[in-house]
Amino acid sequence: MNNQFEEDREDRNARVEGPRSDEHGSGSQVSNLDSPASAVRPIIGSRDRPIPQSPAHPITRPPGLPITGRWRSYQLLLLARLKEMYREPEVIFWVFIFPILLALGLGIAFRNKPADIIRVALVDGPGAAHAMELLRPASAAGTVKAVLLPAPEAFNQFRLGKYDLVVTPQAGGFEYLYDPARPESVLARSTTDDALQAAAGRKNSVPTSGRISSEPGARYIDFLIPGLLGMNLMNSGMWGIGFALVDLRQRKLLKRFVASPMRRSDFLLALASSRLVLMLLELALLLGFGAMAFHMHVAGSWISILTISTLGALCFGGVGLLTASRAQKIETVSGLINLVMMPMWILSGVFFSYERFPAILQPLIKALPLTALNDALRAAILEGAPLTHQSGRLLILGLWGIVCYLLALRWFRWT
Amino acid sequence: MMQSMDVAVRCRGLRKTYEGNIEAVRGLDLEIYAGECFGLLGPNGAGKTTTIEILEGLLEPTSGEIEILGHHWHTNNREVRELMGISLQETRLAEKLTVYETLELFASFYRRPRPIAEVMAQLALTEKSDAWVGKLSGGQKQRLAVATALVANPKILFLDEPTTGLDPQSRRQLWDVIRQFQKQGGTVLLTTHYMDEAERLCDRLAIIDHGLTIAGGTPSEMIEGLGAHHRVEFDATGIVAGELEPWRALPGVGAIHEEDGRVVLSVREPHETIPALLAAIQNRHGHLLHLTTRQASLEDVFVHLTGRHLRED
Repeated sequence: MNNQFEEDREDRNARVEGPRSDEHGSGSQVSNLDSPASAVRPIIGSRDRPIPQSPAHPITRPPGLPITGRWRSYQLLLLARLKEMYREPEVIFWVFIFPILLALGLGIAFRNKPADIIRVALVDGPGAAHAMELLRPASAAGTVKAVLLPAPEAFNQFRLGKYDLVVTPQAGGFEYLYDPARPESVLARSTTDDALQAAAGRKNSVPTSGRISSEPGARYIDFLIPGLLGMNLMNSGMWGIGFALVDLRQRKLLKRFVASPMRRSDFLLALASSRLVLMLLELALLLGFGAMAFHMHVAGSWISILTISTLGALCFGGVGLLTASRAQKIETVSGLINLVMMPMWILSGVFFSYERFPAILQPLIKALPLTALNDALRAAILEGAPLTHQSGRLLILGLWGIVCYLLALRWFRWT
Repeated sequence: MMQSMDVAVRCRGLRKTYEGNIEAVRGLDLEIYAGECFGLLGPNGAGKTTTIEILEGLLEPTSGEIEILGHHWHTNNREVRELMGISLQETRLAEKLTVYETLELFASFYRRPRPIAEVMAQLALTEKSDAWVGKLSGGQKQRLAVATALVANPKILFLDEPTTGLDPQSRRQLWDVIRQFQKQGGTVLLTTHYMDEAERLCDRLAIIDHGLTIAGGTPSEMIEGLGAHHRVEFDATGIVAGELEPWRALPGVGAIHEEDGRVVLSVREPHETIPALLAAIQNRHGHLLHLTTRQASLEDVFVHLTGRHLRED
């Protein structure tokens, strides 16, 4: 294949043969899978490809010479990042498919469905038949399902979670066994009590009525999608910047780049731009998916959602840059990235509200960048809150970003 | 091959001490003329890579002066980089970019790059233009690494162990590329631990060991500097291991040492020494088991200077 070089074992001044003309003709299009558009690859001197006329550089440049210009390296660096990403199927999966699958899975698991039937174990014995009789209307209405069981079995099954409540008939009344830590158990106690009391003749002293609300905007999926968006911006910022940089460093490509006259600012700018391009896709994909699959309603303006996402992507880009500033091995940086992200996955209200954590932790949780991002995204997407009402959260994101960039600038090693 | 005696690279008193007081380079002086191919030859860990990376402006020397084509790193960083083509040791280029895309990217860093098609043709990569870098063979990857250096249209080429790990054919291909570059007036600095590479490719050499230049000059000068530039290696029955004195009296013998159980004589004129040697063995009622003669090589220069081999496995 490479026989255009004459072997000259002994004669060091042997004439070096150029490539034979028949060898670089049509054979050069080896894999044409991803041959970039002519805008990307305008000038090719080889004879099998015509030289397209580039309007930006009319006739000043001799044919065959690569295009030069102030922003050419930036352009190509950005394109290289994007190409490397879309040619890596794993990246496509983790960045685009995985969040959708997660949203789909959780959206289905926690979809709004009719209230569960309350499962009650009724301890067999005197009075049990009477209790069964009293519960018959509730049973018919489909709210309570009572099963008659011997005492040990009833308690055992309750402990295992098969029943939400154990009712033991006692002289003139009933004893409830329930678990205050299990919401469905608490609900079972009050519903069953209501059913028993009403059947036994209790009259309500105040007339009450209820209306049903399960509008889009207040469902779990509505809570989830902005959270997933925030998490995705964090994930891809950390991996897309932090991991990518250490990978380049480990391959000595960073060193190779700085050995050339490449402007370092072009390189970093291209890296940041590639994040923003990806962010746009992530945003469109997740919100589009929410709207299509779950009829999610986006209340806020696109401008404010875009501004918040951009700030979030840049902030986590900064965190990623800082994580990558010294690590020499991808194993090291993977550990660091997980260390940084893990607490925020749990604390920052991606899957469930952080209000569940103790009050003492709340200020700390609210200072985390992902909490600020998730809160800001939720407020903008679900409530249509204007940016001016979110200045605190945007400030937190901005501060995290700026502090990380400054520290990274100090510590970053190219070699 | 030397076109002028202009100095392309000059360094004086180069020192590099790493944290923990490891002295990688301990006061190196080099003068590389424009248009020559200069080799830094030495065993692994001798300080070759540290030296070349300091000259490339990738490492800060602890002390010493460097001048590249009249420029200094501190004052003219960008200008110097425009003039240099670099191939580092073990760079793994992006695997998911094509050969063309990789060269296009590197070309964009320079103000006056060479046509990409021309560089690909020169390095026999034209057929691989659209192939992903990850799919190339070791030799092709190494040629691509050199192509990223040549696309810069450099005046001076720095190659750190460009042929390490390559098969003989790929090595010769790279040698041809280096000579071609030199014929067009380029200056080359390369490091190697292959003595044959240094001998065939380099106009002048510096042999480096433990961070110091221990010898310098053209390959033939250095070999001739040994005095006796032929080697006669033999083994025979009836001789005592370690007893070298009897052979010193043979005509034309310079130095003697023992290697792998064989006696190695450094001689000026093999045709005078060998008959005398055969006669001496016969006098001792011995039989010759092995006899070879060869030209002295840079390896012998290194052994002579350090008592060690260049590549000790």
